[in-house]
Amino acid sequence: MDNGTDALNSFVQSEYKYGFVTDVEVDAVAPGLNEDVIRLISRKKQEPEFLLEWRLKAYRHWLTMKEPTWPNVKYPPINYQDIVYYSAPKKSGEGPKNLSEVDPKILETYNKLGIPLHEQERLAGVAVDAVFDSVSVATTFRGKLSELGIIFCSFSEAVQHHPDLIKKYLGSVVPYTDNFFTALNSAVFSDGSFCYIPKGVRCPMELSTYFRINAANTGQFERTLIVAEDGSTVSYLEGCTAPMRDNNQLHAAVVELLALDNANIKYSTVQNWYPGDAEGKGGIFNFVTKRGLAKGINSKISWTQVETGSAITWKYPSVVLLGENSIGEFYSVALTNHYQQADTGTKMIHVGRNTRSTIVSKGISAGRGQNSYRGLVRVQKSAVGARNFSQCDSLLLGDKCGAHTFPYIEVRNPTARVEHEASTSRIGEDQIFYCNQRGLPTQDAVNMIVNGYCKEVFKQLPMEFAVEAQKLLGVSLEGSVG
Amino acid sequence: MLEIKNLMAKVEGKNILKGINLRVKPGEVHAIMGPNGSGKSTLASVLVGRSAYEITGGEVLFEGKDLLALKAEERARAGVFLAFQYPVEIPGVNCTYFLKMALNEIRKSRGLEPLDAVDFLALMKEKMKYLELSESLLSRAVNEGFSGGEKKRNEVFQMAILDPKLAILDETDSGLDIDALKVVAEGVNRLKRPDNAQIVITHYQRLLDYIVPDFVHVLYNGRIVKSGGKDLALELEERGYDWIISAVSEAAPN
Ligand SMILES: Nc1ncnc2c1ncn2[C@@H]1O[C@H](COP(=O)(O)OP(=O)(O)OP(=O)(O)O)[C@@H](O)[C@H]1O
Ligand SMILES: [Mg+2]
Repeated sequence: MDNGTDALNSFVQSEYKYGFVTDVEVDAVAPGLNEDVIRLISRKKQEPEFLLEWRLKAYRHWLTMKEPTWPNVKYPPINYQDIVYYSAPKKSGEGPKNLSEVDPKILETYNKLGIPLHEQERLAGVAVDAVFDSVSVATTFRGKLSELGIIFCSFSEAVQHHPDLIKKYLGSVVPYTDNFFTALNSAVFSDGSFCYIPKGVRCPMELSTYFRINAANTGQFERTLIVAEDGSTVSYLEGCTAPMRDNNQLHAAVVELLALDNANIKYSTVQNWYPGDAEGKGGIFNFVTKRGLAKGINSKISWTQVETGSAITWKYPSVVLLGENSIGEFYSVALTNHYQQADTGTKMIHVGRNTRSTIVSKGISAGRGQNSYRGLVRVQKSAVGARNFSQCDSLLLGDKCGAHTFPYIEVRNPTARVEHEASTSRIGEDQIFYCNQRGLPTQDAVNMIVNGYCKEVFKQLPMEFAVEAQKLLGVSLEGSVG
Repeated sequence: MLEIKNLMAKVEGKNILKGINLRVKPGEVHAIMGPNGSGKSTLASVLVGRSAYEITGGEVLFEGKDLLALKAEERARAGVFLAFQYPVEIPGVNCTYFLKMALNEIRKSRGLEPLDAVDFLALMKEKMKYLELSESLLSRAVNEGFSGGEKKRNEVFQMAILDPKLAILDETDSGLDIDALKVVAEGVNRLKRPDNAQIVITHYQRLLDYIVPDFVHVLYNGRIVKSGGKDLALELEERGYDWIISAVSEAAPN
């Protein structure tokens, strides 16, 4: 084998830029899970009775369930009694009312992450709900949004101020019984974001949540719920990072989206959880359930994800296409390097007439990374005239990584049209050399080729995040080449 | 400008170059001819730093500096350009974008400001004319789905933009129709200056009607076995290689 291929094989660890730890006093419960812990969480959050009941039902259901083993990933057993289920920065009495009351250390963390909240407030365009471990620290832009009747706040606040909405919609798209991790999340979730767009309102800015896991041994179990009423439009962005730690941390989130008649929800994720080191030590277990219900006629739900982090990723953002003419989209870039494993994809469930879905999945494997695409397209009997187009591409860097595709197609209506295309390619030494010969270093050549390959997905991201995603991909592939 | 001394190289354990000597001065055009498999492309690859080839002896000086000590991209930035015999396709990477990146990388290494999109497009438009290259071709991915001739033209187009000191053209004429050959050859001639040099690898005298070499070398079995003026190419066209090869074999049985 020649050096060029060696170079590709030997992508090594680049420093994980976001791996610092913030030293703040925390208010945490002891590790372990039982009904008392759940009651304690609920009490700390001063939750209404219905929510505690819901949590307990979820917990009891969870006890009857088994962790799924079907994903194409390998990891040591998780001891659920070792996890801390609640951790929050300690606050003196009342919670922060505005940014000036937020612990400066936390604000500094966000600055390091590149999202200065002060800056954010001034810069038009992005409203940030920042989740630091289990509580939402600050939500910017709230005032401006509330003038339009838009509710954008932490989940805990929504529980306090809009319990009727929470009661109505919580679990309506992803019931706690859905799977092992949704049951766990439903029992112990501590915070997250809530977003409600009233009838006919077009949200004037990108809404954004920035998640960060700080405390050691903390599981982050956030819940996001977005409800778009008739004729409303919203674009939401979620970004994630976590400090470097040697042990694995569990992240089991639930995201529910609900789009009513003519509503449009665009949900973009740039996920950069700590992937573990070059030897595969540490890193986040990212076991997430994301589902959208396109309930209304002509409604549309679009998922875009750029996944470069986590030791193990297990997620399938899905759309249930219930409303006539509703549209579901899934655009994904998933990168696995070193010992990262990803089993990700989507589900498009066509129920209504003339429903349409598009799937574009771009998997990138480098190092010893293992990347699986798992996608389900189901056309139910009722879905007359349903259409799906799926394109699943895999790109390999080096010869120690792997790409796998598991497409499942179930069509129960003869008028449906389902198309599936797949390809696997490898960045060749000859392509890299061609770039070298034109003056480009190998690293830039790899980035250029990878970015070219992902273009279709990046195009779906809001402009500033597309640039971010591109950089992230570059950093994630950075290493020893050349 | 370029001085190759007793250069030896092997690939996959097989000796391919067995002692090449060649001097190229600024302003010169050298043609390298020779039967298939004699090592012409290997020589080109070694000069531009392809890592599959192992240097087993000799040295190469480029403008007095040890060329073989440089990485492939450093050689490119120093001004060594290869128009590939088989240009590869790079799906997803736009031609124009690619070339702009390359040019700016080279400019950066020379302490020049990067060209912005406007200046770059102007430069492109100017060079495009000479090579009769269509704009639509350049809006596609690098070489992807290009015809054989289009790939070759694109190579020379890149050469025109990057403006190398030493350009090596490996069978740039193969795959070109007669008209395209003229266009490309004229394009190459236009790039010729007293301060740069070209090494043209070809099988056909035809190309040398347009790109007139100062020297012609015959490469056979890893060595330059005969050198001459442009008339040597005419003689080869007429008589083939046998007479040279048999003379060599008699002198030094291999
Ligand atoms: N990567 C490689 N692996 C194995 N053998 C190689 C490799 N590259 C070149 N060779 C061998 O080296 C010899 C010289 O090849 P080279 O491509 O340099 O010839 P050439 O003179 O350019 O021929 P042509 O006129 O056909 O282009 C051939 O026998 C070829 O098979
Ligand atoms: Mg050749």
